[in-house]
Amino acid sequence: MIEVRNVTRTFGALVAVDDLSFSVADGECVGFLGPNGAGKSTTLRMIAGVFPPTRGRVRVAGFDVVEQSIQARSSLGYFPEHAPYYRELSVEGYLDFVAHARRIARRHRAHAVAQALAACDLGTVRRRLIGQLSKGFRQRVGLAQALLGDPAVLILDEPTSGLDPTQVTEIRELILALRGTRTILFSSHVLTEVSQVAQRVVIIDHGHIIAEDAPGALAQQITGAILLRVRVDATAAAIVAMVAAVPGVRRVEDRGADLEVACADEMAVAALSRQLTQGGFTLLELSRESLSLEEVFLRLVRRSGRGDPG
Amino acid sequence: MIAILRKELTAIFTSLLAWLVIALFVAASGFYFWSNLSFFLLSGGFDLVRGLWQYQFLDMRQLMLTLLPLLTMRLMAEERRLGTLELLWTHPLRDGQIVLGKFLAAMLVVALMLLATLVQPLSLLVAQAEIPWGALAAGYLGLLLLGGAFLACGLLISALTDSQVIAAALSYTLLLLFWAMTWNEYAVGDGVLLQVLVKLSLFDRLYTFVRGGIDVRDVVFFLVFIGVFLTWTVQALGTRRWRGVR
Repeated sequence: MIEVRNVTRTFGALVAVDDLSFSVADGECVGFLGPNGAGKSTTLRMIAGVFPPTRGRVRVAGFDVVEQSIQARSSLGYFPEHAPYYRELSVEGYLDFVAHARRIARRHRAHAVAQALAACDLGTVRRRLIGQLSKGFRQRVGLAQALLGDPAVLILDEPTSGLDPTQVTEIRELILALRGTRTILFSSHVLTEVSQVAQRVVIIDHGHIIAEDAPGALAQQITGAILLRVRVDATAAAIVAMVAAVPGVRRVEDRGADLEVACADEMAVAALSRQLTQGGFTLLELSRESLSLEEVFLRLVRRSGRGDPG
Repeated sequence: MIAILRKELTAIFTSLLAWLVIALFVAASGFYFWSNLSFFLLSGGFDLVRGLWQYQFLDMRQLMLTLLPLLTMRLMAEERRLGTLELLWTHPLRDGQIVLGKFLAAMLVVALMLLATLVQPLSLLVAQAEIPWGALAAGYLGLLLLGGAFLACGLLISALTDSQVIAAALSYTLLLLFWAMTWNEYAVGDGVLLQVLVKLSLFDRLYTFVRGGIDVRDVVFFLVFIGVFLTWTVQALGTRRWRGVR
């Protein structure tokens, strides 16, 4: 598990991360979002042990990353943003080096390397030099080194950036496959990906957390309501007044073929469907609309940036 | 540490530069050997057995000064430039292990370079000349220690920059300073300062070895010198880390 407590990191006068606190439970997969320069990579690097926080504490698998640095680092795999690599090593040679560096016991080493190669589908290029590989493959080498030796905690910084759509899908499936067995914290710019993969999202801006919840719940938090799409066997205009009168309905919008209805809670949704049926209409559609994570993200960031309630 | 050592050796021996450095060293020291030998044979009368090797070792010293910074310049600077140092830092390795692994890898290359030049005394066996093995051993030990000191200097400089060119240039500057600092007695006077500088000079420390002797104080000096520079390298890495610059 990962625990970030009141962490501040400054670079000279710049405050990159400001009193940040959050945690990721064992086996949880959390997406870490924020605009560029929000402090995402800085936070992930502190968790991975690249540099210590200026103030505050970070614990990985129960170990303090500063005081029990070696133990903390032994329990995590880290994928850095621009997947750096040694051009002159072969894929297998590099993974073998990482296995040594991670202190994987001699008898498990070959197996660990083979497993990482298989997990990232690198079998066909294992003897090639990393410098000769395409970006997609190099990215996978980066992931393979993070996965090597089955670390309990995975820190992935923009694992899909710069990849083509097929590769993005592959990486996403890889993360999905790991979900549940590892503690995963990953940052991404691709919001659809985050909503598909993460069980919870932490959004930061200017080094502060601005929201933290499940992707779906975040949308509700933003709009303060459950958004519904309602369609009956009549024009939308015919039921606007009736729907608006249902207790708990906050807002109704006539969209021609259907209505967009904002309900305060699920009681209101139930009341709405009862009312329509009793009124002699047949429900053709009653579905939850969710704000895309993209919209949630934009609204939150705009709100935090301007300091006004968006 | 073994992990770093192995990786570094792979990196060194897959790069053209390392082979070039080794080849240049072996070829140039061969050339020096040939000209020194000719000189001694032509002049005659000198103590061939000892004198030849003194000249030869001092020439090899110059070669090491020229070539070793090329070996050390990439050791840290490249890791920093590529960002792989950041990744190394997330592995359960201590900075000391990283530095020592890299130093030992470079040291092995130097040892290999010196080993290759053993061809020179062996070639004299063909001519059935007398070979002072004891004096040779002392000379080679001196060169190995001096090489270690050069590498430790180079490694420290390499940890201070992410440009290999700057690393090489600064290493040359530092080593030349160590060489030249005892040259001008008038500038420093012949008092205490000169005494101190002579004690610190890497190059003056070599003379006993070259003459075929081993002074324990010289051995200790080199080992301490290497230790101090490696410690500074570890500290340089640590400082960068605390400052959060990769």
